[in-house]
Amino acid sequence: MAERVRRMSIWDPGIVRQAVLGSVRKLDPRIQAKNPVMFIVEVGSVVTTIVFLQELAGGGRLLFTGQVAFWLWFTVLFANFAEAMAEGRGKAQADTLRKTRTETRANRMVAGGRVEEVPASTLRQGDLVIVHSGEFIPGDGEVTEGVASVDESTITGESAPVIRESGGDRSAVTGGTRVISDWIKVRITSEPGHTFLDRMIALVEGAERRKTPNEIALYILLAVLTLIFLLVVVTLEPFAHYAGTRIPIPVLIALLVCLIPTTIGALVSAIGIAGMDRLVQHNVLAMSGRAVEAAGDVDTLLLDKTGTITLGNREAVEFVPVAGVTEAELADAAQLASLADETPEGRSIVVLAKTRHRIRGRELADKGAVFVPFSAQTRMSGLDMGGREIRKGAADAIAAYVARHGGVTSPELDAIVDRVARSGGTPLVVAERARPLGVVHLKDIVKGGMRQRFARLRAMGIRTIMITGDNPLTAAAIAGEAGVDDFLAEAKPEDKMALIRREQNAGKLVAMTGDGTNDAPALAQADVGVAMNTGTTAAKEAGNMVDLDSNPTKLIEIVEIGKQLLMTRGALTTFSLANDVAKYFAIIPAMFVVAFPQLAVLNVMRLATPESAILSAVIFNAVIIIALIPLALRGIPYRPLGAGAILRRNLFIYGLGGVIVPFVGIKAIDLVLVAVRLA
Amino acid sequence: MGTEAVAVGAVILFATATSVPLGRYMARVFSGRRTWLDPVLVPIERLVLRLTGVRADEQQNWKQYSVSLLASNVVLWLATFAIVSLQKMLPLDPDGIGNMEPTLAFNTISSFVTNTNLQHYSGETGLSYFSQMFEATFLQFVTAATGIAACVALLRALTRDRETHIGNFYVDVTRASVRVLLPLALVVGTLLMWQGSPMTFRGAARAITVEGRPQTIARGVVAPLVAIKQLGTNGGGYFGSNSTHPYENPSPLSDLVETWSILAIPMGMIWTLGDMVRRQRLAVMLFAVMVAMYIPMVTVAVAQEAGGNPGIARLGVDQASGSMEGKEVRFGAPLSALWAVSTTVTSNGSVNAMHDSLTPLGGLMPMVGMWINGIFGGVGVGFINMFIFIIVAVFVAGMMIGRTPELLGKKIESREIKLASLALLWHPLAILVGTAIACHVWTATAHPGVALGWLHNPGPHGFSEMLYEFSSAAANNGSGFEGLGDNTAFWNISTGLVMLLSRYIPIIAPLALAGSLAAKPGMPETAGSLRLDSATYGFTLWAVVAILGLLMFMPVAVLGPIAEYLTLR
Repeated sequence: MAERVRRMSIWDPGIVRQAVLGSVRKLDPRIQAKNPVMFIVEVGSVVTTIVFLQELAGGGRLLFTGQVAFWLWFTVLFANFAEAMAEGRGKAQADTLRKTRTETRANRMVAGGRVEEVPASTLRQGDLVIVHSGEFIPGDGEVTEGVASVDESTITGESAPVIRESGGDRSAVTGGTRVISDWIKVRITSEPGHTFLDRMIALVEGAERRKTPNEIALYILLAVLTLIFLLVVVTLEPFAHYAGTRIPIPVLIALLVCLIPTTIGALVSAIGIAGMDRLVQHNVLAMSGRAVEAAGDVDTLLLDKTGTITLGNREAVEFVPVAGVTEAELADAAQLASLADETPEGRSIVVLAKTRHRIRGRELADKGAVFVPFSAQTRMSGLDMGGREIRKGAADAIAAYVARHGGVTSPELDAIVDRVARSGGTPLVVAERARPLGVVHLKDIVKGGMRQRFARLRAMGIRTIMITGDNPLTAAAIAGEAGVDDFLAEAKPEDKMALIRREQNAGKLVAMTGDGTNDAPALAQADVGVAMNTGTTAAKEAGNMVDLDSNPTKLIEIVEIGKQLLMTRGALTTFSLANDVAKYFAIIPAMFVVAFPQLAVLNVMRLATPESAILSAVIFNAVIIIALIPLALRGIPYRPLGAGAILRRNLFIYGLGGVIVPFVGIKAIDLVLVAVRLA
Repeated sequence: MGTEAVAVGAVILFATATSVPLGRYMARVFSGRRTWLDPVLVPIERLVLRLTGVRADEQQNWKQYSVSLLASNVVLWLATFAIVSLQKMLPLDPDGIGNMEPTLAFNTISSFVTNTNLQHYSGETGLSYFSQMFEATFLQFVTAATGIAACVALLRALTRDRETHIGNFYVDVTRASVRVLLPLALVVGTLLMWQGSPMTFRGAARAITVEGRPQTIARGVVAPLVAIKQLGTNGGGYFGSNSTHPYENPSPLSDLVETWSILAIPMGMIWTLGDMVRRQRLAVMLFAVMVAMYIPMVTVAVAQEAGGNPGIARLGVDQASGSMEGKEVRFGAPLSALWAVSTTVTSNGSVNAMHDSLTPLGGLMPMVGMWINGIFGGVGVGFINMFIFIIVAVFVAGMMIGRTPELLGKKIESREIKLASLALLWHPLAILVGTAIACHVWTATAHPGVALGWLHNPGPHGFSEMLYEFSSAAANNGSGFEGLGDNTAFWNISTGLVMLLSRYIPIIAPLALAGSLAAKPGMPETAGSLRLDSATYGFTLWAVVAILGLLMFMPVAVLGPIAEYLTLR
């Protein structure tokens, strides 16, 4: 499925306008109190304003105090603006979604096969509705009858319609999508207000946002740093007094605000919201921020072979009979066994028999044929018809079947199976009771570019494990071709579960994708379980993310977004702390140059006056927040390098850069202030 | 200067080289493996454990371990407080020294129980021989062993996976005393006696000087105290003038032995870590990070002291042999500077020169050592302090590589950050608030020079003296800038409290942190995880320590030593 990433300009005028209003609204101290760093800044702003008002009455350095107060307020406003911007972007996406939730009418089926028209909002869980071509599906549900093509572009952004049919793994439909051909009957599975669309709107709006564990830990660290700087600044008062000088309160507050980690403090929540937002842009819905963080930590990725690593469908390419059986005889039996088999593999066998041996498909219904469907337990399918019993399936399953009927499989058959498997194909053995007939060679086609993607994952330190029902030989061949690190062959659902548990017991974080109902337990067990939107409701409920594009390789992007989120947090924390060095060199000499004129040599930036030095530092501190908003919203770019290389790179840019940039910035602001005679 | 600089380098190299086998030996002792000293020392260890009734196989979790540590320290505090308060009634007091005054006793006992050894008294006039042995020397063994035990417990916790037991405190303390400190102290003490340190129970000697005047020369059980004072990062001297005194530090050779003794165990603990955590490369990285802080500090101090004092040079006094005010001629400026830095980075606190007389920047270096307090650091507690910086650096660096932070495979979450924050916050709080209160009292008092009598030279130097005193107390260092009139109720009580809190908060919080890590499942390392033993992480740690240190203490450094330096220049 083509991927469509919804992009939005960072400075979208509508969002900016809303964010400006929001940043004023957020001055409410009850909101500020949630962020200890910015709360201190707000308190500082209030105190400085009071001092300014006193000076207004009694005289003092009005211009200076006024400017400090002004910029302190703007520091708070800029921080609020950053958060409001992130929220605004989420809201904008939510609004787009909400527009699709127009009040629809539903055709509810009532007893006696009658249909009554009711508003969609009155539908309850368990109600049955019928949806015709051109109508909107009134709520989330499961198709119970019929097949229809559905336009899900409101949810996925993908304009090509998808097929929804009863039974199997393509039965889930989402409220607000539109049937464009045929009709389906849908059993509603969600209460009004709790539909998928509602949940999605709440998530992107940030209404359900709670601080994640890493965010909480970061807030604690920022709070303790704030406390340490509070100590540093408060104790300066008696120190200055001892040195025979007095430091005006606005100057102390200015130093405090410059030192406490306002840059990261202002941007933490914006970074978190933007992380969720980026997932939404990739058409992935995370049920919690915690899941996004966990994605960055994933050690092991479980990928289903079929549909993820290989193109969904295997094709029959060859019939290989055992001695004493003609190829046509094998083809005939294989076709019979596959006639009722609607899987692409089954169809490809029918087609191959038709093209190679001109064996036509037959009508079976009138011959009392009984189709034996594939099950994960027997791992066989086939047909019982007029005393004949034909089975096709994995080699060991068929061997067991043959043995049950008193037959044996020959070494020759084993050799054929082996040859097909070694070539990366899937050997499908066909047998009639005790008599093995031969092998159908099914070929898997590995998707393009998979090898590079797995190499990229390996560089991130993530191990990929391919899960397949194939036998070990086939699995090894495909695993080799695709470049995965490991594989689990002949996997039954419980094997998948056991593998996840084993990995988790070794302390690893496991991510997987799934769509079928039988994936649900594993999706729930995995640390990051991405359910496909095309999947069953059970799968979607069990996972902690839903991929609206139903693209299993999306896991790679999800992992990258998780990592990007944490990297952005770490980089801006480093930047924020590194900035303080320059601010010290601006403010400390300015504070004490009266008491100790010799401290002028510490004014390495040669800032014009003590006032201009302090103001420049405060202004830099405020403006840097605005300057970093795009970075916080976009996230710092992630490159799949080893941990050491990433750390070196980020340390260089945000650590060393964080030390140098403010020296340059403060000096530049100082020059401007002097030029415009504000200091 | 040339040969002296070579001596400085040689001592550091020799200490580094010998710390490796010493560290490995300690690791063997604490993980119950065999060592070549076992035939002699294990019977003593068994005897002590039997006498104290400790069950050697009883394992403790971090809470039980911490409770044992605190409880034993309370008992030690009360017992030794009784000794110095009643020493006049106790035996072995040939010079007739009286009982200690209560606030001074509070300060002294808090100081010795916390391995600080800040001394507001002079040994020769303040303590009887009994007190010197059973208060000072005894506590110098036991408290050093306590620090080592706490560190060993922390190291054990780092290797645990979903487990809570981290060893037995009493067994660890006994092992540290009997099998680590005792043999080392015997060797060092013997060397010092050979160099001329006294070891006698006879009272002070009386002599007639060349001027024909009578002089009383204090002496006593000096050599053993000096040995353990140096080895156990204690620092509390037998005499008031500590290792500047010819009986404590008779010769250049004894000076080298004592300088080595300061560094040996703190350096060795890093190799113990490498062995016990089974990560030799990590030990190499940590050692390198510490050396990368220690060497620049030594270099600055040596250069400053050897460069002389410009203020005195202007008076026409030759400064060719460096700034010799307050220094011993037999050691010279460079070796005094080396000692000053070594004794403060390691929280030892003994001195072989008066730190009050160090040049301003030369005097700043010891303060920096105490502010960071984890460059090798006090025996055991040095690594515990560095561990807090390691946690902070892991947290920041971990996020920067795009993972939720983890230390050796264990997730660092809010509980860990909370505990690390407590330890991180306490140190600057004690120093800055303590100094601020002192400054406030000084400025709020009329004629403070007369009324309080603390400072004889106010201004930046006086500020440094007060700052140094609280830094020393908070770092459990114990050296004094001197020049400060510190035997007053204010200083006795304030620094006494700071020493107590600064001992137990930075031990218990990291132990709790390690206990929390021990209980967590360990995750295997992959190409995506942060490698603690890499040079990149080492640099990150170095930078985190440097930047946090700078941010916490730059203002006070400017107001004290740097302002003085710029004035004197």
